[in-house]
Amino acid sequence: MKRSLPLAMLLALTVALPSARAATDADFKAAYAAAEAAFKEAAGLRNQWTTTVSTLAAAKKAADGGDFDRAVASAKEAEALAKASIFQATSEKEAWKAMEIR
Amino acid sequence: MKRRATILLGSAVVALAALAFAATRVVAANKIDPVADAKAFQNFFFQKFPNVKREDFVNGPYSMNEDMRRQWQEKEEFPPYEFALDAGKEMFAAPFKNGKGYADCFPNGGIGIRQNYPYFDEKEGKVVTLELALNRCREANGEAPYSYVKDEMASLTAYMAFTSRGKPMDIKLPDDPRALAAFENGKRYFYTRRGQMNFSCASCHVQSPGERIRAEVLAPALGILNAMPIYRSEWSGMGTTSRRFITCNSQTRAVPLEPQADEYRDVEYFLSYVANGLPISGPGARP
Repeated sequence: MKRSLPLAMLLALTVALPSARAATDADFKAAYAAAEAAFKEAAGLRNQWTTTVSTLAAAKKAADGGDFDRAVASAKEAEALAKASIFQATSEKEAWKAMEIR
Repeated sequence: MKRRATILLGSAVVALAALAFAATRVVAANKIDPVADAKAFQNFFFQKFPNVKREDFVNGPYSMNEDMRRQWQEKEEFPPYEFALDAGKEMFAAPFKNGKGYADCFPNGGIGIRQNYPYFDEKEGKVVTLELALNRCREANGEAPYSYVKDEMASLTAYMAFTSRGKPMDIKLPDDPRALAAFENGKRYFYTRRGQMNFSCASCHVQSPGERIRAEVLAPALGILNAMPIYRSEWSGMGTTSRRFITCNSQTRAVPLEPQADEYRDVEYFLSYVANGLPISGPGARP
């Protein structure tokens, strides 16, 4: 019990520390660039999701307002959404046939 | 020994025959066969809804739900698309600035021809929808094109559909590999899941017609375009086929394509072809 308490505190600190640092403009730019690249790829596949568009716009808006924590979180979410739409478009190239009436 | 050899030989022949049969089936599955597709498509709905009259599928949700049907029949005494129909008739007859009119752009003066649209234009190598043909007619006569999604376009197509009411859909598929490719592309678009909701057109209109999605009763895919354009209470106005596709995409949280994109033209071609023989019922009214 005596030993496990400091260990638990150390573990909690390890988890909490990275997220405790406020995001910067540079963090946002990196996250936004990654999101934008995935966004463009999804557009090229003609399979963009409306939620990707709105989440990416929200990231930009938060950054313009100086809220980089929120901006980075939104950019990462937009990237995940865009990547999911890319996965969907790629898998549907063949998967649609399973739905076909024959 | 001789008996064993006979059994072995027999087994080999059976195995070879099975292989040949399977190979034929694979080839058949990969071959584009619109006639077989249309037959299978129609049979699917006829068997799924044995109590619905074949010509009634074009009435969408009203063919699936008796309460809605009664409300619709009462509404049809003063149909909500009537203003658009009257406006469309006037617009159709009004000459362009150069003195020509829509009648000069279409076979039979544009009357009673809705059932032949969309068609595959072998010169262009693409599908031409009625909405596209109307705007091309306008532009060829020095007029600005209309919005593809409502108002004037819906009025014009409402009038043209009305002059074809009751005529069976009659979409031709010329012996042209590009036409087959357009049909196949339309089919692919129809069955492909898209948007964050991961829905295809078929998710609602093949798997779930007659079921409710929130307050709406889903229409069967068979004959779904025969009623276009439609007055939708949800829109508080008229909408074209383009508007219907765009709205469906948005509802699945997919960014819609531009009106009259190749994919939309092709899916209209596919859906119209598989509804061949079913009557035109447009303009329609939907909740």
